[in-house]
Amino acid sequence: MTELLPLAVSFEAFTDVGFWSGVLVTAGIYTVVALGLQLNVGYTGIVNFGQAGFMAVGGYTMAILVLEAGFSFWLALPLAVLATMAFGVLIGLPALRLRADYFAIVTLAMAEVVRLVAQNAQGLTGGNKGLYCEFEGVNQTCFDDAWKSLSNPFLDWVEGFWPDVDPLFPLLLVVWGTVVIGIFALNYIQRTPWGRVLRAIREDEDAARALGKNTLLYELQSLAISAMFGALAGFFLALFLTTIQPDDYEPIVTFYAFGVLVLGGLASYKGVAIGAILLWTLLEGMRFVELPITEERTAALRFALVGLVLILLMAFRPQGLFGKKEEMVLGR
Amino acid sequence: MELRERAREHPAGVAFGVIGLIALGLVLAYSLHDVAQASLNGLTLGTIYALGAVGLTLVYGILRLVNFAHGDFLTFGAYMAFLVNVTWGLPLAAAIVFGMAATAVLGLLSERLMWAPMRRKGAGFLQLLLMSIGLAFVIRSVVQWFWGTEIRTLDVNVVDSITFLGLRIGQTELLVVVVGIAVLAAVAAVVRFTMLGRRMRALSDDISLAEVAGIDTRRVILYTWLFAGALAGLAGALAGALTNLRPELGFELLLPIFAAVILGGIGNPFGALVAGLVLGVVIEMSTLVVEPRWKVTFGFVALIIALIIRPQGIFGKAKGV
Repeated sequence: MTELLPLAVSFEAFTDVGFWSGVLVTAGIYTVVALGLQLNVGYTGIVNFGQAGFMAVGGYTMAILVLEAGFSFWLALPLAVLATMAFGVLIGLPALRLRADYFAIVTLAMAEVVRLVAQNAQGLTGGNKGLYCEFEGVNQTCFDDAWKSLSNPFLDWVEGFWPDVDPLFPLLLVVWGTVVIGIFALNYIQRTPWGRVLRAIREDEDAARALGKNTLLYELQSLAISAMFGALAGFFLALFLTTIQPDDYEPIVTFYAFGVLVLGGLASYKGVAIGAILLWTLLEGMRFVELPITEERTAALRFALVGLVLILLMAFRPQGLFGKKEEMVLGR
Repeated sequence: MELRERAREHPAGVAFGVIGLIALGLVLAYSLHDVAQASLNGLTLGTIYALGAVGLTLVYGILRLVNFAHGDFLTFGAYMAFLVNVTWGLPLAAAIVFGMAATAVLGLLSERLMWAPMRRKGAGFLQLLLMSIGLAFVIRSVVQWFWGTEIRTLDVNVVDSITFLGLRIGQTELLVVVVGIAVLAAVAAVVRFTMLGRRMRALSDDISLAEVAGIDTRRVILYTWLFAGALAGLAGALAGALTNLRPELGFELLLPIFAAVILGGIGNPFGALVAGLVLGVVIEMSTLVVEPRWKVTFGFVALIIALIIRPQGIFGKAKGV
């Protein structure tokens, strides 16, 4: 740093369609991830740190089914969701018997195993390069061909009356459509007897068990639904980045999702969406504050921002923006 | 039936028996030389794990804090050593000592500014866990701000090696093992024989009982952080000397260190020490059977299996797991 330039903020960025498309798609993907976390952490009291692993299982299964096994994209999606849910149950069966802190560590380790397998099983997953397209001579099949054949004509149609539309617009609609449906569905099931049992488990697992509820079964279902949201987020991330690489599923994704979760507040589904938009507007907006620093230092500042959000919220407002203090169980 | 019960009473014995049998099998399948060489390599890795695990287990056991920032404590120690060793050009010994001291200060600061006030507020486990993740991010951002993401190395001899009974060990590896084991032995002695060590173990067992018994818990907690920080700094500096420095250095070691903590029984420094060394040896031995690129995965799978079979660890007592 030779001289300190005056802080310049170009507010133009905030009226830019491209900027907001990127922020909203990312925030939407993180909302989907964190909705699952909210069900687990906020409503069932199970501290799931494996969400990035579920995203990876979903994304990779889908891409492998399309590229290696020749399945249609639209069939691969539900199959990959089912595979991820089954994987969640498989992990949950032994791990849910453990204490909360052990469960957190086991799920984190599980997610890392998934990522490392993706990195090392090169024949199936393409290793560090990841999966995107399969080449056969001049013909190439990409995992998102089916999606593009649907979204591109739609984009052309929209361009007819909105010339500035961002190429991310179709994905943005699908992601936020999923978020809206997800929030309605989750809020609905939370009011059913099933949802009340989850709350009972969160408040006092032993009491719920004493009342004759098979708490493990309920927790497994909660984890499987969370895994489903993870798989969906995995698809969206793959469509957003147009590749699937092990690096996109590092534990940091789960940690950011926890940042979104506590910013929005525990035990509030709409809080998750608002938390995600706020956090990603802040994180992406930092790019437009013209500090005289390198790209690396901007990345460092983003770490610091997420870190401080977590520390300060937990210290001074653990219920986040929309959480209810009386509904908050932060560990016994 | 009787055998099963006896096995349950001596989990550590069973664990060592199983590992011994596996080692024997490997000796028969490969050669004594290969197994011994892998064990020696594993001892180097295990020393790092053990150093990290002893501090983490004390903090975990005494404060009920699952400190996800512990890995970044290691990173911090490594970069502090880099500052002294490379930027200032001082000898490695000074760098390691400085790395330990700086990380110990970091541990004490975190206690003063974060953990002590949060305990007074009666914060729950998840609250503290998420805060420690926040702290990990902040530490990493500081490291990345000053040193960037490029890979850096300490000024150590990575070429020369020593041959002993047909086994090769690099000079730096030897340094790591000797320094590490010496420090671990000293720590074990402190925890086992001194008043401070006894108080630490008492707090880890039951903090309110210890308080009632008249132990100045605040002081013991400060010493615990001093210990945990210094050992993490040492582990980080040694890990940096062994390979290289990058901002993810410590976080990548965090899960195996957690594995050692859990296998050793949470809050049990001896358990963590032994489990760390054993884990390092087992992971290196696995490279005889599977390709080396799988060894990290192998370590995590071992952690998951161990947790599921015996969550209280091989040295721990069954107590609400």
